[in-house]
Amino acid sequence: MGGTSPEKLTGILGLLIFFVALLGGRVAAQAPPGWGAASGEDPSGDWSPRFDEDWEERIPGPEIGDYLGLPINGAARLRGDSWDAAMVELPEDQCRQHGSDYGWRGPSQLHIWQEVDRATQRVIAYHTHLSAYGAEQTIWMDGRPHPPDYALHTWQGFSTGEWDANTLVITTTHLKENWIRRNGIPRSDLATARVHLLKHGDYLTVTVIVYDPVYLTEPFIRTTDFVYTPQSQMAPWPCEPVDEVDRPEGVVPSHVEANPFLDEFPARYGIPPEATRGGAETMYPEYQLKMKSMKRLPRPAKVVPNR
Amino acid sequence: MISVRFAKAFGGAAITAAMVLAGFICATRTARAQQNPSQAGAAAAAPDYSKAEVHILPVQGNVYMLVGAGGNITVQAGDDGVLFVDTGVAQMSDKVLAAARGISTKPIRYIINTHMHPDHTGGNEAISKAGLTIAGGNVVGDIGASAGNQAIILAFQSVLDRMSAPTGQQAPTPEGAWPTETYTTPERKLFFNNEGIEIIHIPNAHTDGDSIVFFRRSDVISAGDIFVTNRYPIVDMQHGGNIQGVIAGLNKIIEIAIPAALGGNDVLQEGGTMVIPGHGRLCDVADVVFYQEMVTIIRDRVQDMIKKGMTLEQVKAARPTRDYDPRYGATTGIWTTDMFVEAVYKSLAPKQ
Repeated sequence: MGGTSPEKLTGILGLLIFFVALLGGRVAAQAPPGWGAASGEDPSGDWSPRFDEDWEERIPGPEIGDYLGLPINGAARLRGDSWDAAMVELPEDQCRQHGSDYGWRGPSQLHIWQEVDRATQRVIAYHTHLSAYGAEQTIWMDGRPHPPDYALHTWQGFSTGEWDANTLVITTTHLKENWIRRNGIPRSDLATARVHLLKHGDYLTVTVIVYDPVYLTEPFIRTTDFVYTPQSQMAPWPCEPVDEVDRPEGVVPSHVEANPFLDEFPARYGIPPEATRGGAETMYPEYQLKMKSMKRLPRPAKVVPNR
Repeated sequence: MISVRFAKAFGGAAITAAMVLAGFICATRTARAQQNPSQAGAAAAAPDYSKAEVHILPVQGNVYMLVGAGGNITVQAGDDGVLFVDTGVAQMSDKVLAAARGISTKPIRYIINTHMHPDHTGGNEAISKAGLTIAGGNVVGDIGASAGNQAIILAFQSVLDRMSAPTGQQAPTPEGAWPTETYTTPERKLFFNNEGIEIIHIPNAHTDGDSIVFFRRSDVISAGDIFVTNRYPIVDMQHGGNIQGVIAGLNKIIEIAIPAALGGNDVLQEGGTMVIPGHGRLCDVADVVFYQEMVTIIRDRVQDMIKKGMTLEQVKAARPTRDYDPRYGATTGIWTTDMFVEAVYKSLAPKQ
């Protein structure tokens, strides 16, 4: 009776492992790019926002005329200057969702889940749900192309994702117009957004890069952090437009002449008015040196805490 | 390319002729125009429609949008047959018909024209002749059954007035392209393909013959050139256009459209009624609201300047559109920012 020697067994086992590895490698090589979550850390789960960054801008809301750190052009600046906060009272504006490049900034619980192809068990898409305005974004992972330019634009846009090492990189087109900053600084519907989702431990860092050929002179980058919160609850966010103010049909509130409130922000914080006008230069640390020689407005006699 | 000087010299006639080019530019160069809208007009050398393609975009319900043949075309199809809203430029008729046959092989019964410009009516003759009208009763009964050998072309009365000419004079368009049926009331109604259709006249807007078409069951509005997404609204004052009418038209669209707004599975202020613009991409009412806000704000600024006694040249120098110019403005082409500001000014200024 011929037995199998340990050396022979080791050789067969080695060959088997080699072929399995080869086969596995071939399967992996044949998979469409971006399929599966194997190369990155799955961001699925429930997340709560952290407001350590940019509290003033994000939660109470930005001040009128605060364009600091925004790489905007003159057209965006004028949109901000002429923006009247009464715009958000208009019934057709009350329930507008934030765009998918901005929605992360709100006081929103975040839920992320996978959509898996039942046959192959590959990840077709990630979905995100933000509690604010019930915004849901689909991030296609199956390599499908973006729609033609004559297709509908939406608040969340059309998004595709791919893994770059441990980061899920999302590219979004077909966005409706929305905010860069919630004081009238717009982001156009021709913009593209690139979002990097990076899970590190119990934290999720969302880096948003906005490329807008209409209103930005440089890409605008900002980060928002979330912490893993498996026990969180997602509240619904219905919104029903109502007539808050009786206005004639078609009225659009705006500052036709100079906005009288633009000086309040620089005066309150002792910031040179010139700096509050924003522009790419104001994003960089060396701009603080330039600010030293700029004129400032007198501070109000009694500084009322903003919030 | 239609130069600015040519357009100024010939006014509305140049605008009308240039609509053909504009449609071509918008259809074939949308991507480029969206990257830099101000270059859209400059890119129009000699339109070569042989290379242009017609794309079909299902909208919702029975309604489709055809892109690439000049102005956008709306097609509604069902058991009763096929209905067109606008027909694109004449040179693209064969391709438009082929695209429509890809949607339905039922007879073409109706063409509705949103206005008289040739990038929206150029295909009238060929597409109408490819269709049939069900004759009998009081439909073509008085003029003979041969009149049934084409689809009905329906428009506001002034569209026929503009496209035809009094007896003995040269008409600007061939007779086969003229509307065969007109209306003069604020609204005309049809029921076709199990769907109520409202054809609503918007007085003195893009022209003096504008209609918007509302498909009630499919929940789609075909807006004509009162609403476009790739430039400031063209106000064809030579043919009765006025910025106040454009704004009234945009307000009317917002009034009748209903966006999804309850949350849950519906996205807030998105979807619901879909709006097909005269040029540019498919929209919903939120897009119309952005556009209406832009046009209204510019109108209000110019109105304010007029009240202060500023002349047209002073208003132009003040650049009341400058915050929207990177998105909608143009320094060359058939409809420059300068021409738009002038049209707004002349629409609002007291008549001398």
